[in-house]
Amino acid sequence: MESLTFDLATTPLRTVNQYLHQQARAGLRVLIVNPDGAHAIAAGIDAPVEVTIAGHAGYYAAGMNQLASVCITGSAGTGVAENMMSGKVHVKGFASNAAGATAQGGLLVIDGDAGLRCAISLKGADVVVGGSVGSFSAFMAQAGNLVVLGDAGQALGDSLYEARIFVRGTVKSLGADCEEKPIGASERQILAGLLHQAGHAGVDPASFKLYGSARRLYNFHVDNAGAY
Amino acid sequence: MCGIVGLLVKTPALREQLGQLMVPMMIGMTERGPDSAGLAVFTPPLAGARKKISVFAGDIDGGEHYDWQALVDALNHDRAASASATGQGRHASVAFEADPEIIGNWIKGYQPLLKLFCVGKSIDVYKDIGTPAQVASRYGFAHFKGSHLVGHTRMATESAVTPDRAHPFTAGEDFCLVHNGSLSNPNGIRRMLAPHGIAFDTDNDTEAATRFLQWRLREGDTLEDALRKGLAVLDGFYTFLMGTPTELALIRDPFACKPAVVAETDDYVAIASEFRSLAHLPGIGQAHVFEPAPEEMYVWKA
Amino acid sequence: MTAATQPSPDSTARTPPRFSANFDPAALAEIRRAAATGIYDIRGAGTKRRLPHFDDLLFLGASISRYPLEGYREKCATDVLLGARFARKPLHLQIPVTIAGMSFGALSANAKEALGRGASIAGTSTTTGDGGMTPEERGQSKTLVYQYLPSRYGMNPDHLRQADAIEIVVGQGAKPGGGGMLLGQKISPRVARMRCLPEGIDQRSACRHPDWTGPDDLEIKIHELREITDWEKPIYVKLGATRPYYDVALAVKAGADVVVLDGMQGGTAATQEVFIEHVGIPILAAIRPAVQALQDLGMHRKVQLIVSGGIRNGADVAKALALGADAVAIGTAALVALGDNDPRYEEEYRQLGSTAGAYDDWHEGKDPAGITTQDPALAARLDPVLAGRRLANYLAVLTMEAQIIARACGKSHLHHLEPEDLAALTLEAAAMTQIPLAGTAWYPGK
Repeated sequence: MESLTFDLATTPLRTVNQYLHQQARAGLRVLIVNPDGAHAIAAGIDAPVEVTIAGHAGYYAAGMNQLASVCITGSAGTGVAENMMSGKVHVKGFASNAAGATAQGGLLVIDGDAGLRCAISLKGADVVVGGSVGSFSAFMAQAGNLVVLGDAGQALGDSLYEARIFVRGTVKSLGADCEEKPIGASERQILAGLLHQAGHAGVDPASFKLYGSARRLYNFHVDNAGAY
Repeated sequence: MCGIVGLLVKTPALREQLGQLMVPMMIGMTERGPDSAGLAVFTPPLAGARKKISVFAGDIDGGEHYDWQALVDALNHDRAASASATGQGRHASVAFEADPEIIGNWIKGYQPLLKLFCVGKSIDVYKDIGTPAQVASRYGFAHFKGSHLVGHTRMATESAVTPDRAHPFTAGEDFCLVHNGSLSNPNGIRRMLAPHGIAFDTDNDTEAATRFLQWRLREGDTLEDALRKGLAVLDGFYTFLMGTPTELALIRDPFACKPAVVAETDDYVAIASEFRSLAHLPGIGQAHVFEPAPEEMYVWKA
Repeated sequence: MTAATQPSPDSTARTPPRFSANFDPAALAEIRRAAATGIYDIRGAGTKRRLPHFDDLLFLGASISRYPLEGYREKCATDVLLGARFARKPLHLQIPVTIAGMSFGALSANAKEALGRGASIAGTSTTTGDGGMTPEERGQSKTLVYQYLPSRYGMNPDHLRQADAIEIVVGQGAKPGGGGMLLGQKISPRVARMRCLPEGIDQRSACRHPDWTGPDDLEIKIHELREITDWEKPIYVKLGATRPYYDVALAVKAGADVVVLDGMQGGTAATQEVFIEHVGIPILAAIRPAVQALQDLGMHRKVQLIVSGGIRNGADVAKALALGADAVAIGTAALVALGDNDPRYEEEYRQLGSTAGAYDDWHEGKDPAGITTQDPALAARLDPVLAGRRLANYLAVLTMEAQIIARACGKSHLHHLEPEDLAALTLEAAAMTQIPLAGTAWYPGK
């Protein structure tokens, strides 16, 4: 397999990203060293390549990813894998705010904790967090799955649409219109599959609770006005 | 809207390198704050009853060659304050043995265009317009020594780009604050503080937060209590980083929209808006890197 | 005085019924409506009350001190270059009138297609909206600006790459600080699919971007969009007019190529009446501080300023440019050109409780003209080819009218119009624009 190393200490980010956009072919392996918190590393890839970012990434790492598999060995800044369409993004450390924001497809795996508003406005992707998520996670999430092996902060799933939230630990508080739901066979299967894909095959799906939309805010009624 | 940086060294040997470690941290925050930059440095307290005031001459024509010795001589002539000045160019730290309010008023009377940036026994504040690299080189930040630093790079939102509107802001003695974000009720806070005899130097929202917190400290609150009350009163988005002679403290609002990253080793605690300002620090690869949680108070002792 | 001298009471002695200027019939009706329904009034379009506007400015045509250009013979250029600050592929438009962002969802697919056709014939750009890009509009728009919004409905990197420019929407004039709104009636299966929403729900979209807050983060977001599109495309930042001096300066500092400033007259598909009429400032008041911010940063004409909100005719266009804008955008006027509120549907407007020219219940999706609807039968009434031609005609008239004025002021390019070519008709306009009151050299505050 072809492999290539870019050193961000000596190569401009623009050169690296343009290579990934224009030259990268299926099966290529790219190692990016000395990321040192730079922003938008490996953003906008549209090819089935494997990218490893060795260290800490800044904002919007692997933003809008399509097809690529991107691994960040350190932590990721705000908006990692934001608006991902397909492929996989794996953060081995922690992720900052708005991880996986508006992502429509693909899988985001965070081994550590995720900050606030994880999976905000999620639109169909899957997000699996090995640690805990901050407040307002899955805010306005529309579709897809958020799996949290640790705890969730305040106002989980506020103004949720049809996304599913699986939490193994405690939930500090649920947001407006979010409620616990029974886990059926199909949900359990989805959860088991995601745990497996995210490297948590040994974790028992039965140890999670499922949260979803109570659908009380889908159409306006004056008596629910206080919940908005 | 801005970049914030803070550094506290635990290993006494590193005090010699404090400024040298800080300068790349500030330069790393240039894009978040290209308009102006500032730094508060905390050093061991002056002996006995001596106190010091950071004085800025940059608003005066030819201020880069300001005659600080003439100021000190005049001050000693008028007040017998045993005053001395260290520093050169636009900035000097004037030390003295007297009531700082009397000395401050004397300086303002001596030359109304001089700006007083801080008062205390441990703190010196440098701030000016320009990029962080320009300001750092203008004042020789790389040579600063001490136990901890609070720094800032500013992208002005609603108040003008002037040296006195740059951060850190100070209030009272030996207390400074830098801010990334914007407050939505700074004017109400100013009106609330006015009856307590608290006056403002600028129209900056951060000054309102600084004076509110210092007012609570003045009224006897611990830093933790003051910050807790701040969370209830200060509306808007903020990450605050504060310095006292013995502490570096950080707090983020409940929405935590403005970023902050901490790296801690046995030798230091370093704080920045983004990791790119921490990447050059020695031993960063082995540091404990984490994001401070919203509404939680972080206090590191010098 | 005796009883005999008292005039006998008759009808002239009675106080006639008198309406309160405060509790006028409209205010009373609104109180009754709120009491009956328990929900604020929602409607489409922009402000309806009278506001200081471009009509309060006049041009000082050439006479002896200056010479005019010959109306139909001497060239008065109209083109505009947008986005050359950082983008490798700036836009070169033939006319300084662009089509503002309006979503598929708010508008029918045929209406979006018609906007693209009309703009393309006229040599200008059209803009997507809160709901993504449709093949119809991409296919028919020679130059298409892709909006990047807080909701990120339908946000697709493929479309980002297919766009000719990217517009980061921070706010719009009708509702600065508020999010979009699309009520259940318009969430058709296609709209729902594009936005990843359940069908038929009342959609309230976000007012703030999910992954950035403030100008320091905006700079990083702009950087990401540039990296993803290999630094080719101009990046606009669209603002609702509230604190234009600060907001424009911050957009420029964050790295915008173009700033779009929408005054409170700017329309919306649906939002609260209270938002439309009470939040934001008129575009007339917003342009001068915006231009001042650009000038203070040395960026006037380097970062282009597009203004919108209530533009109707070529005089409005010329006045906006004279005040320092580089181009204008039209929304409501473009819909009217397509056929919105056309009197030929008067009977149907009446059935909807409105009348042609006043119909603003765009959120209900029952538009007889087939424009602000997702009803297939109604939408089919709009012929996108014909409607596109109507828009192209209207854009041509706007441009010719602006040229007539510019030539009369002796200008060989619309961009040579300047504030000194104007006089203010009212004290308000003089104060807001710092254009001297007509016949004087004075404006309030001078």
